[in-house]
Amino acid sequence: MTFSPELEAKFAKMLTIYPAGRQRSALIPMLMFAQDEVGAVTPEVMNELATRLGITPLQVDEVIGYYSMLHKKPQGKFHVQVCTNISCLLVGGEELYHHASKTLGIGHKQTTADGVFSLEEVECMGACSWAPAIQINYDFHHKVTPDKLDQLLKSIGKVQ
Amino acid sequence: MVYNEPHPLEIKVLTKRFLLENSASIDTYLATDGYKAFLKAREMTPEAIIGEVKLSSLRGRGGAGFPTGMKWSFVPKNSPKPTYIVVNADESEPATCKDRLLIENDPHQLIEGMLIAALATNAHKGYIYIRGEYRYLIDIMDKAIAEAYAKGWLGKNIQGTGFDFDCYTHTGAGAYECGEESALLESLEGKRGIPRIRPPFPAVAGAWQCPTVLNNVETFSAVPAIIRDGGQKFADYGTPKNGGTRLLCISGHVNKPGVYEVPLGFNMLRAIDEFGGGMRGGKKLKAVVPGGSSCPMLKADECDLPMDYDSLAKAKSMLGSGGMVIMDEDTDMVKVALRIMKFYAHESCGWCIPCREGTTWLKKLLTRFDEGRGQSTDINLINEVAKNMLGRTFCPLGDAAALPTISIVEKFREEFEAKLAVQSGSYDDANRFVQIA
Amino acid sequence: MADPVNLLIDGKAVQAPAGTLVIDAAKMVGIEIPAFCYYEGYSLQAACRMCLVEIEKTPKLQASCTIPVGEGMVVRTDSPLVAQARKSMLELLLTNHPLDCPVCDKGGECELQDMVFRYGAGESRYTEAKLHVDEKQWSPVVFYDGPRCILCYRCVRVCNEGMGVGALGIVNRGVISEIAPNDGDHLNCDECGACIDICPVGALTSGTYRYQTRPWEMNHVGTICTHCSNGCKTTLGVRNDKIIRGNNRDRSGINGEFLCIKGRYAFDFTENPERLQSPLLRIDGELQPVSWSRALMAVAQKFNEVKASGGNFGVIGSNRTTNEENYYLQKFARQGLGTDNIDHHRSGDLTTLLDAISGKTTALATVADLYTAKATLIVGADLSEQQPLLAFQIRANFRHHAAHTYTVTNGPVRERKYAVAGLIVKPGEELGAVESLRDQLAKESELVIVFGDAIKGGDVRKLVAFGESLGIPVKYVCLVDYSNSRGAVDMGLIPGLLPGYNAGTAQGMATHEMLAAADLDVLWVIGANPLKSASLAGHSAFVVVQEMFLTETAQRADVVFPAASAYEKDGTVTNVTGEVQRLKRAVKTMGTKPDLEIFSLLAKEMGLDLGPTKPEAIFDEIRKTVRGYNIPLPIIATGGAAQTSPVNGRVPLESRPELIQSARDTLFTSGSLGRYSKMLNSVMERQAGLYESGVNTP
Repeated sequence: MTFSPELEAKFAKMLTIYPAGRQRSALIPMLMFAQDEVGAVTPEVMNELATRLGITPLQVDEVIGYYSMLHKKPQGKFHVQVCTNISCLLVGGEELYHHASKTLGIGHKQTTADGVFSLEEVECMGACSWAPAIQINYDFHHKVTPDKLDQLLKSIGKVQ
Repeated sequence: MVYNEPHPLEIKVLTKRFLLENSASIDTYLATDGYKAFLKAREMTPEAIIGEVKLSSLRGRGGAGFPTGMKWSFVPKNSPKPTYIVVNADESEPATCKDRLLIENDPHQLIEGMLIAALATNAHKGYIYIRGEYRYLIDIMDKAIAEAYAKGWLGKNIQGTGFDFDCYTHTGAGAYECGEESALLESLEGKRGIPRIRPPFPAVAGAWQCPTVLNNVETFSAVPAIIRDGGQKFADYGTPKNGGTRLLCISGHVNKPGVYEVPLGFNMLRAIDEFGGGMRGGKKLKAVVPGGSSCPMLKADECDLPMDYDSLAKAKSMLGSGGMVIMDEDTDMVKVALRIMKFYAHESCGWCIPCREGTTWLKKLLTRFDEGRGQSTDINLINEVAKNMLGRTFCPLGDAAALPTISIVEKFREEFEAKLAVQSGSYDDANRFVQIA
Repeated sequence: MADPVNLLIDGKAVQAPAGTLVIDAAKMVGIEIPAFCYYEGYSLQAACRMCLVEIEKTPKLQASCTIPVGEGMVVRTDSPLVAQARKSMLELLLTNHPLDCPVCDKGGECELQDMVFRYGAGESRYTEAKLHVDEKQWSPVVFYDGPRCILCYRCVRVCNEGMGVGALGIVNRGVISEIAPNDGDHLNCDECGACIDICPVGALTSGTYRYQTRPWEMNHVGTICTHCSNGCKTTLGVRNDKIIRGNNRDRSGINGEFLCIKGRYAFDFTENPERLQSPLLRIDGELQPVSWSRALMAVAQKFNEVKASGGNFGVIGSNRTTNEENYYLQKFARQGLGTDNIDHHRSGDLTTLLDAISGKTTALATVADLYTAKATLIVGADLSEQQPLLAFQIRANFRHHAAHTYTVTNGPVRERKYAVAGLIVKPGEELGAVESLRDQLAKESELVIVFGDAIKGGDVRKLVAFGESLGIPVKYVCLVDYSNSRGAVDMGLIPGLLPGYNAGTAQGMATHEMLAAADLDVLWVIGANPLKSASLAGHSAFVVVQEMFLTETAQRADVVFPAASAYEKDGTVTNVTGEVQRLKRAVKTMGTKPDLEIFSLLAKEMGLDLGPTKPEAIFDEIRKTVRGYNIPLPIIATGGAAQTSPVNGRVPLESRPELIQSARDTLFTSGSLGRYSKMLNSVMERQAGLYESGVNTP
């Protein structure tokens, strides 16, 4: 399979930045960027990257299972990640998660029927001093209240 | 950008450009002493650079607090293999959010720190391992790297000095364990983030089995100031053996949570009052996580102490990563213990038995308490299981899970007792049979 | 070697070579440090934490499997703290390990059971629910029970490092980590079962053995695998006269723990329903069961008639029958029947090699040499497919000693993945390619050249000349196909060549000549199937066959004797590298007889006296009369391998390269035997992809 020209260019460069014979080092970045483009690490992506990096599909699978951001099934177009780790917990992270769950009508690692939203209770995302925090896809949102979350989801819904 | 107001008591060494317009651009950087330290270091011998870093008493800001100069001095000289610089930007320790700001607001400071480390260890390639969640920082960092190449601060023959250095970003994909340096290297090599057997340490056999300088973002970011203004000046910000400033990430029940650059040795209670703006809602302080969730908790009456490596160690805790969590009198410590353990159980790589099984067992035990189904013998059991992990796991993650748990059980035992299923002891025996059935 | 290091373990003074791990140093003075993940010969894990010990001046307990000994080190493995650590580790392990020992195959020989018994707590404090996932079947052979798995990663390492296959990996993270196969939901591998044997618990179980028995109900019979020529010891687990499993966990053979699928599982041909269990006699054109006496009488009568009339006999022996049987058979043919028309399926040009190295006493490599030699050159053979133990040895030599491997083959082979140089050439171009490696090979300090049937006749001499011209010590291995192919040559199952490579007085016919002889009166075939691919010209020939199955040849027979398999008889066999080992009878199949017994009954029926008829007595005669076989009896008697001494003299036999052709069996075939192994036939899924994949790449 091939990826978009931009991604192919990125991959081509990536394969040059690690020492000779160590091209496998590009695996995790390639998986992340490929997942962003394809929507999931599909078997095709796995096999393709394995071939490109000279490793077995099992070796790719081992890596996918290890990293929590890599997933074999597609998530919602907007992946809502609510942190409930300690700093967020103390200032309403759990309540925020439950609110999101209720509002979207889905639970942890579930996707709405229309495929627009998915929800995940995540570990510390590094926004502790501006808690409670969420990430929607890669975008951070700080000091999120249930109201603010509603607005956010609504504005995304409109863009939809 | 910054996400909280600065504070007048801050000593802005690493964060001095944070409030400047376009602080991340190379023009801003060059206009504010940027890359001067590199040029200065280029005139110094590697030994002199390392000497200056040693003089600064800079210690690893990732959490372990190992003296940076010493770490660099372990890199073998005249190794036939190349040496690599690797930046640990896998900031994942709960309550820590400082490296993010350092990259977001001053990426060139990091590059310059890497360059100086490269001069000190004769390295010509560097990799910045950024946690997957910080995708936007990859864009910022890549842009800064491109600028540096364009202006001749990276690449071949940097500024005509004859020194070559290439720098790349590398994204993680969601794994706390990869913050452990040897696990990070495995991840950098495209593998599962399982820590390595040490020795050999990364300085000798790190990335691709080559000598490697591996430090936290904040550690590298402190280096330009140390070289530019002298190690002594940096050391003087702090207390003896605990030199410099550090970025303190205050979170929890305070009025003004935020990230502040604070001299080492600053009193903890005063920090809560001054930087944190005092307890939220005027509540009383109950406990403090001094430096990321791996550190043993301090009770309120243990918090009147200077925040430096040695004082925290004396208080049987750790300065850690700078992630300070303030908890008020209403905090449910059982819930806190559970949430911390849920995290470690989720992040345990599963490699070794005590961490893999211990974190899961503790999570189940704490869940029962949290749900009001604790049994009186379980309080000691939690403590014992945690102690059975302590010091016996393959990497420090086991300790990181055990230490806060032990401290909470021992310091807040009454909160566990309050959550027992049945206050009398008779329930326990009956329940055992129920469980078996 | 560096100076030895002195240390104290539990107060005992230990002297160990520098670099020795504390866990091994302890073993040297009889102190056992328990461990799951540590496994000699495979990479270090430090994962199970069972081997924690106290080391003076070190604050924490240390994993003794990764700490090298240090001068003056003081180690305690018997302290209360260490005992407590072991107890706690086992308690933690048992939190999610199901206590289904009563139905677990491993029960009784489970390392976790043993450790808990010895080091564990009497009662568990764990009262939470255990994690559960369902058992998975990964292949006809391999089942995986995730909850039982303690994640010691032995299976992953033995597959990746030991076998060079890399069919097993670790997926997921944390407590839900588990072992996973390489092809989605199933394995695509050698099916060697090494992962199952090395599993300390019952996480990996074998399709052939599971739920069949308790280990203590079996007798364990150590014998030699009857399939390929490598001569692996396989310890057969026998219950009620039935073979239930094969393994070699006691590492008693030349193969250590190694076995391929054939050695471990392909014993099931012995109980194939098609097994012949009664002599057959052609009556009215049909093969019909008759009594042994009737069949023997019919054959003896015919043999005596033909002998008396000066008719033509043809005798084709087996690659799998014992040395004693082969020796007796050639005696039977030459002395009893007066014919030199005796041959067998020749799969490698051993005789030319022995002649070419005449005068050298150190030019034949052993299986052990392949693990220690500094360099190995493989010519024209796919060792991983055809000679799995030799391949394993070479691979281990590379892993442990960084030995150099060179390959010259007709296609990709697994050894090429780590070879210093791996040339792929067209058939017939091997010698040229070998020549192109001259400069590299000459720089090695020693070399073993392993060659298959691509090199025969004059080419063998050229190869030896090449080896001798390198100016370094060179040893050779001439590859042959089956468990006693080598012994068949040694015992003179070749026309014109008597046992021990002595010249015969006559020059009889080779196999194809016997088959083509229109005037052949008797064809006597023992454990071979020449008519599978050739026809018999002598339409009136009386054909006698000793076989386990009604093969193509047996179907043409006038009399068929049901023969016992190698697992049903005693005797000795000689492997590809000339090492003699003992076969020990494990089971008996009703109605069959060992070939030797059939020979002797026939001799008796014919009124012949051919000397001793018991295997031990014949072996005694072999030791006295066959060159190279004067080997120490105790080694053989105790189940060891005794290297035959070099023939070291000219072999009076003309090279006949056209007669030499390997059957090119793969891991999953084994001549006609393989056809009757249900197990082998059930696993034949595998792609060449394993050869070129990135397993073992950094």
